[in-house]
Amino acid sequence: MRTRREIRARKALWDRIAYHGIGIGTAFFFLAPFAVMFFSSFRPNSDSGSPPIPPWPRSGMSFDAYRALDTFGAGIGQHMFNSLTVSIGTVLLTVAVSVLAGYGFSRYRFAFKNVLFVLIIATLMIPFQSILTPLFIILARLGLNNSLVGLMLVYVTLQLPFSVFMMRNAFDAVPKEIEEAARIDGARDLKLLVRVLLPLVMPGIATVSIFAFLNAWNEFFAALVLLSSNDNYTLPVLMTAVRAGRLGAINWGAVQAGVAVMVVPCLFVFLLLQRYYMRGLMAGAVK
Amino acid sequence: MALVTLFFVLPVLFTVWMSLHKWPLLGAPTWIGLGNYARMFTDARFFNALGFTAHYTLIVTIAIFAVAFPLAIFVEKERPLVSAYRTIIFLPVVVGLASASLLWVWLANVDSGLFAPLFEMLGLTSGRINLLARFDTAFLTIIVMVVWKIAGFTMIILLTGLQAIPTELTEAARIDGAGRWQRFLHLTLPLMRRTMALALILSVTGSILAFDQFYIMTSGGPQNRMISVVYYIFNQSFVSFNLGYGAALSIALLLILVTLSVVQLWLLKVGEERP
Repeated sequence: MRTRREIRARKALWDRIAYHGIGIGTAFFFLAPFAVMFFSSFRPNSDSGSPPIPPWPRSGMSFDAYRALDTFGAGIGQHMFNSLTVSIGTVLLTVAVSVLAGYGFSRYRFAFKNVLFVLIIATLMIPFQSILTPLFIILARLGLNNSLVGLMLVYVTLQLPFSVFMMRNAFDAVPKEIEEAARIDGARDLKLLVRVLLPLVMPGIATVSIFAFLNAWNEFFAALVLLSSNDNYTLPVLMTAVRAGRLGAINWGAVQAGVAVMVVPCLFVFLLLQRYYMRGLMAGAVK
Repeated sequence: MALVTLFFVLPVLFTVWMSLHKWPLLGAPTWIGLGNYARMFTDARFFNALGFTAHYTLIVTIAIFAVAFPLAIFVEKERPLVSAYRTIIFLPVVVGLASASLLWVWLANVDSGLFAPLFEMLGLTSGRINLLARFDTAFLTIIVMVVWKIAGFTMIILLTGLQAIPTELTEAARIDGAGRWQRFLHLTLPLMRRTMALALILSVTGSILAFDQFYIMTSGGPQNRMISVVYYIFNQSFVSFNLGYGAALSIALLLILVTLSVVQLWLLKVGEERP
């Protein structure tokens, strides 16, 4: 009996070792590129052209790579500002529109409500890459080509179907009784929405915001097509210029630094708000 | 609502309208009817791009599933550290495809990158190999990069499917004497059909629309053999400024995608009717 238990215990131990062995191995594969890039970005200029073996700086920490990055385009600060403006603008507009629309779809009855809702969801099926050409021309007619506002509007539109869907579900989950109680207490439409319901759908708003932020921050294709002047480039578009190099020489240090600048906010936002991100993903998957 | 109409419904109609014209960037568009579509069917480069995209989609989808499915099974059970593994595997998903491509184009560079010197040091290759100079190795690099980036996403979707299977069913099958493989083949897989279909559609659609990685990593690749459909449309519309022709190609792409999605949904429906 005793030996049997021992055998079982040993088997469990081996099982655990194998499990975590595989786990650490996979985790290493998925983390290593980030780690290598991040460490390498702090190597001094003289090292940045050589292979990252070992990846950490051998001859002292240095910010050469970030300084080199700053010489591209209109300075890294300007481009970070562009990216941030577009991303945050996208988040704010998306939240504002999707809260109102979600509330409308959840609470009011109006003609063609279902048709309209299906239409909005159906736009999820249409890849925006295929309608970019006319978007380009429409924005040009509106005088919004090569402008961050135009790009922002495009991003908001891309974000809306998913966001409206999320917000409608969030409002559906709020019991009608709460709303009625507030109504009896004298709260009216907009006040009711802002004071009473908004705190209740906060998780939905968080999910919508994080998706809007990440997508706007990372988007490359539309930014590449719609932005034409140097000063307006968002980070991903700027980086293609860095990657193309100058006079045939590519400054790999600057590339690493640039990738670090692009990646760190994403990882930060994700790790901070992971719960809401996963919720959105699950909601999408279950649908 | 107005925004959605303005930016989705209108553009689609506008694309159709444009595709019937010869539409240069400057100057008046001229009506040429179905001319653009006729040109499309005789455009060998467009069919090359289509062929390459299909090839890429097939391989990358298989690769993603081959990696993501074992991972999903791996992180399914609640164990110590499992949420840490999930998070780490998911990390590359939240960075942009553009950032990921930039990161990997550096890693794959001959002189300054990681892979070539590393392989040389380990004695796998004699001398440094320029991974991005030959079609096969460049293609492989991109596949590995995309798997690294997307596998976590597919994993989470498959995971929701796995967790939706009631444990009673697995227990019952175990008591009935079904082995691990039998349980997986006859119980898990059929029950996950819906989730698999969703993951499949997302993966296929995403791969067909691939652009960033080819533009950034190989700029169309050795001998222009890595031009995906979206890349070709981009070249036609915004490099050669044949906006009308680009629009016609976009419509073709849209039709292909919608057809594929419908076919996949249909396959899924047919699957559901089986007992």
